[in-house]
Amino acid sequence: MAGIPKPKLNAGQRKSQRGTEEAPFVKWLLITVALLFSLVFLLLPLVNVFAQAFAKGFTVYWDALKHPDTIAAMKLTLLVTVICMPLNVLFGLAAAWAITKFEFRGKSLLVTLIDLPFSVSPVVAGLMFVVLFGLQGYFGEWLADREIRIIFAVPGIVLATLFVTFPFVARELIPIMQAAGSDQEQSALTLGANGWQTFWYVTLPSVKMGLLYGTILCIARCVGEFGAVSVVSGHITGKTDTVPLHVEKLYNEYQGAAAFAVASILALGALLTLGLKTWLEWREAKLETLAQQAEQAITQ
Amino acid sequence: MSIELKNITKQFGGVSAVNDVSFTVADGQLVALLGPSGCGKTTVLRMISGLEMPTAGEILVRGKRVNDVPVQKRNIGFVFQGYALFKSMSVADNIAFGLLIKKWAKADRDARVAELIELLGLKDLAKRFPHQLSGGQRQRVALARALAPKPDVLLLDEPFAAVDAKIRQELREMLVNLHHELNVTTIFVTHDQEEAMEVSNRIVVFDKGRLAQIGTPREVYEEPASEFVARFIGVMNVLDCEVREGVARCGELEFPTHGVADGQRLRIGFRPYAVQVSNDLMAYRHFAVLRHTYFLGVLLRLELEFPSGLIIRARMSKEEYARLNLTEGRKISLQIRQYRVLAREGELLPPEVSVTHHLGPSPGDGI
Repeated sequence: MAGIPKPKLNAGQRKSQRGTEEAPFVKWLLITVALLFSLVFLLLPLVNVFAQAFAKGFTVYWDALKHPDTIAAMKLTLLVTVICMPLNVLFGLAAAWAITKFEFRGKSLLVTLIDLPFSVSPVVAGLMFVVLFGLQGYFGEWLADREIRIIFAVPGIVLATLFVTFPFVARELIPIMQAAGSDQEQSALTLGANGWQTFWYVTLPSVKMGLLYGTILCIARCVGEFGAVSVVSGHITGKTDTVPLHVEKLYNEYQGAAAFAVASILALGALLTLGLKTWLEWREAKLETLAQQAEQAITQ
Repeated sequence: MSIELKNITKQFGGVSAVNDVSFTVADGQLVALLGPSGCGKTTVLRMISGLEMPTAGEILVRGKRVNDVPVQKRNIGFVFQGYALFKSMSVADNIAFGLLIKKWAKADRDARVAELIELLGLKDLAKRFPHQLSGGQRQRVALARALAPKPDVLLLDEPFAAVDAKIRQELREMLVNLHHELNVTTIFVTHDQEEAMEVSNRIVVFDKGRLAQIGTPREVYEEPASEFVARFIGVMNVLDCEVREGVARCGELEFPTHGVADGQRLRIGFRPYAVQVSNDLMAYRHFAVLRHTYFLGVLLRLELEFPSGLIIRARMSKEEYARLNLTEGRKISLQIRQYRVLAREGELLPPEVSVTHHLGPSPGDGI
């Protein structure tokens, strides 16, 4: 507008700064430190994995991947994931449901127990299963008599992975379900729905993002778990080696390029997971903004 | 459908939320459960719905005991205080949910949803999601959803608490019209006595988990069964009086009493409309000064102060006020046409407003 003279700003006004904001140099210092740190300790090693994998050419890379032992490790990892993921989803849903919808004695104990795998070192977790099911373990003799092998066999690997990935889905769902309360479920009941219908039509749709997110994290850990699995696996090449164990073995056998080749598959999986998670978050944020805009449009 | 509660008691962890409550709701009535927060009214509603089980007593529907009938089988429509719409479903899907569960055919379902959308004026909103609706719209969707499966009883928990005053008024009228049209037995919970008076044809007043009174709005207002009801419904002047020579006295005011011994204390109550005011100082025997006039629309509320400092409230129409040529600070004469003894010594409760006869604001000053 031509008629209104522009107010002249002095230097201090022009670079107006909020009272709550840090001084600019502090801000930039913190950002630089954070960026440098993630560059050196996160991005560089990751790039290095791929660089090393292809260091001796694509043929070596491809040979390492199609080696029968690598294929066997991948199959085992896949099998473990396919068993553990649904079980943990089921458990996570059940635990979150119990904790958020019911009042019962020992509830806080259950919450603490769910967190246990997070606080126990994976190696200790693996050892727990050895102490229980190993030959010298509590149930060792009983199992040996019936020729059931758990330790140094696939069941042990599944158990160890199950233990380590236990909290992911439940931890993701509990806060969401707590925030949602039980009003929607109650109104489903008043409309005649039984427990299963209520769960299927009302509860599940309202937690589906959290469930998906928890499941992704759970899968990532199933695939990547090393410590606990290492203790119970027995490292029988082609039989009880998962992908991470196989990578270590190759590396220890001075097959660096092969080790990094297999590792690159894990890294790729991790990147995909991260990408998927970011995309889901972005999508939810977008839906949220849309909803807010719609709300504003209504109130105006 | 008639509903009867017989000696219903509900305890939560040893604490009684509802205590020995009995009342009957006749078929087709529109009943308000009224009381201050924490009086057990919502618990009573939830017990009727089957969401809560009574600790003792019986709930009868059409004369049949339903204590052990689960909520799904009671064929009730329930509107929650926070609406509790299904967030992941559109308005139409929300309304259709009960029909889907009851396995209505698709064509019937669609027809019924269309009917309710029409009835509740949700026409352009059918495809929207709950977070895209305003408070009043959400409330209407919640009502439509509850009504869709043709419930025998409609139960509403504080249905209008979460919307602003203007929308609340519209929704009240809508509920009355809906009830008139559908004639479904309706019970709603409210802490707002004005809302209860306006909407319902019977009011059940609760006080601390007990039934305080049940009656038509007029009965509850004009014939309160206790001091609690008298104070809770509408505005009431409440005076602490001492009986001397057979007359209860408080400041300049005197109320003849029968059969009360001298020296006893009484609590006397009278409604603002029972105070008759004149600008002719010879007209009545009491004098007071018009301290303040509150403009409430068609009605005015007057604050009158006696020479002793006693303050009472009166009420009159705008026309009457103009006719009497009243202004603030003017001296008037007055008399009290009707009053009632609220409590006698021994049953006196501590006054709820303030100790002397200065009356603080009380709920529903509009009445």
